[in-house]
Amino acid sequence: MPRQSWLAVRKDLTPRRHTVLGVMAFLLPLALWSLISYVPFLWHPMIKVEATGDVSWFRTGQLIPREDFEKEFVRVQAEGGHLPTGIRSNPIFLPAPHTVVRALYTAFTTAPVLRGDLWLHESLWMSITTIFWGFVISSAIGVPLGILCGSYTAIARLTEPFVDFIRYMPAPAFGALMVAILGIHLEPKIAIIVIGTFFQQVLVVSNTVRKTELGLIEAAETLGAKRRQLVWHVIVPASLPDLYNDMRILLGWAWTYLIVAEVVGVSSGITFFINQQAKYRNFDNVYAAIVIIGILGLLTDQILAFIGARLFVWRTLRRSRVRTLFIRLFSNRLTENGPANPNEAQAV
Amino acid sequence: MNSSLTPALPDYRAQTPAVAERFRKLRERPVVLEVEKLGREFSAERGMVTALRDVSFQVHRREFLCVIGPSGCGKSTLIRMVAGLDYPTSGRMLLDGHEVRGPGPDRGMVFQGYTLFPWLTVTDNVMFGLQMQGMGRTQAESEARQWIQLVGLSRFEKAYPAQLSGGMKQRTAIARALAANPRILLMDEPFGALDAQTRAQMQTHLLEIWRNVDVTILFITHDLDEAILLADRILVLKANPGEVQEIIEVPVPRPRSLAQVNSPEFLAMRHRLDELIHPKTSASTEVEKLPIIRLTQVGDDVE
Repeated sequence: MPRQSWLAVRKDLTPRRHTVLGVMAFLLPLALWSLISYVPFLWHPMIKVEATGDVSWFRTGQLIPREDFEKEFVRVQAEGGHLPTGIRSNPIFLPAPHTVVRALYTAFTTAPVLRGDLWLHESLWMSITTIFWGFVISSAIGVPLGILCGSYTAIARLTEPFVDFIRYMPAPAFGALMVAILGIHLEPKIAIIVIGTFFQQVLVVSNTVRKTELGLIEAAETLGAKRRQLVWHVIVPASLPDLYNDMRILLGWAWTYLIVAEVVGVSSGITFFINQQAKYRNFDNVYAAIVIIGILGLLTDQILAFIGARLFVWRTLRRSRVRTLFIRLFSNRLTENGPANPNEAQAV
Repeated sequence: MNSSLTPALPDYRAQTPAVAERFRKLRERPVVLEVEKLGREFSAERGMVTALRDVSFQVHRREFLCVIGPSGCGKSTLIRMVAGLDYPTSGRMLLDGHEVRGPGPDRGMVFQGYTLFPWLTVTDNVMFGLQMQGMGRTQAESEARQWIQLVGLSRFEKAYPAQLSGGMKQRTAIARALAANPRILLMDEPFGALDAQTRAQMQTHLLEIWRNVDVTILFITHDLDEAILLADRILVLKANPGEVQEIIEVPVPRPRSLAQVNSPEFLAMRHRLDELIHPKTSASTEVEKLPIIRLTQVGDDVE
């Protein structure tokens, strides 16, 4: 095979390039972050005070904007006093990568500041519980309703205009209402996630279901399938792989709603942890928590993708492995009692 | 183009005694499908457009009837109406003497686009109709197996459609339609998407199946040779609006084979169909000469 250009339009990458680029996707942003953090002259707009000298308002370890520091420095120099010293550094909201990595570990091992507050893993678990129930409740109603809408035009017409209307209302707007109805604990938060996910879900699912190839439905009709059989035995199995992918995307949205849901009522879960750490100016912990959410999301999605590929074998066959699988499955049997030339059997 | 050959060809209506006897017997068989003055109008931007008008014909039991016509004559609309996937705006259809509306398993259909269920194996696809009609899995499976054997796909029972070639997919589709035990098998240009070689094999195969199975076939095609090779009778439609032009009894004796394409009967039939489908008088169907400007250098000629 001739060497292919890196920028060939809509061509598959070689497995090697596929892996390399995938790793680079993470390494490049990390490299950029490291550059800004470790190379002082790139940005570092602040000075971290090491010795206060004769400046009365400086404190050791304080971050001072560079211009202010220089102004004070010049002033003290002119007066002939003790000069302050300091090193260039980034603002507190941009910790260096290594401090965040360290925080990823220490955040789990450090006891909460206040007694009664939750450890990080407890906060995380609370968030996962919230999102799990929110998504399950939403899907339990949203998916069947979406399938009905996608299958029966009358039901779609009766449902979708109203769903579309509510969809535009931001879920957090229901926060106060949900607290009034459901109390201040996990229930209103779950409700916010349900509100945020459900209405999108109905529309997304019904749209996917509507994409079922009409030819399959017609074929089933000429084979004697009646209305309900069409839904159960044709429309649902035909759209299942796409629905599965929709669920993956919707789960991502549910995570987005989690953060707003958790500030409703009594702040809880990972959001509480983030807010608390930001209050103590532990921004490395804040980044650590955000990174953890990212890792959790990516991991869940990859696991779901992995399961999906095995769940819908008939779908993945269509791609590159069709031929190899085909040969592996049938070549030995073809030579046993079939035509001598396997290509012949494939031709007709 | 065949003008020099024409005088030598026999009349396309001339039948040998054996062929005439076959048609006499065929006409004595009961009518399975009767189409009466079927019409279909579509509403378009400029009022109603008549796609089909007053189409009437009968199909006898175990007859092989082909429908041909120029593109846009409503062949597909016709077969879709018979299948119940489209509805006529006038006229009616009788199956075994009873009026039919809407799709049903008594009229099986094979589509050009295969339309196999991609999530089901070959066996499960073939079982589909039987299961929809309430048959248990075990019985449906053993019945499906017989049909799969008939179309020669026993080794591929557990394969998914994505693993099959076009010809194999269409054989599965035929088995699936036949397994549901239809009174008539409707085929809408079933071999149109196949390459020439596979198509020829599928035609032979279909004739074989038709000989051995109690089934009546209504077959749509735009391939004139295919129609002559397969059909007992050919219904020729004309376009704008779609109307029956002629129903011709094919004089080519059976059993048919590809070796007959140069026989006088075949050529006579072919010539007649050419006349009907591509009339010489009508300028619109002639290949228009394209207004091409010469873009190569003088002397750089290819013919």
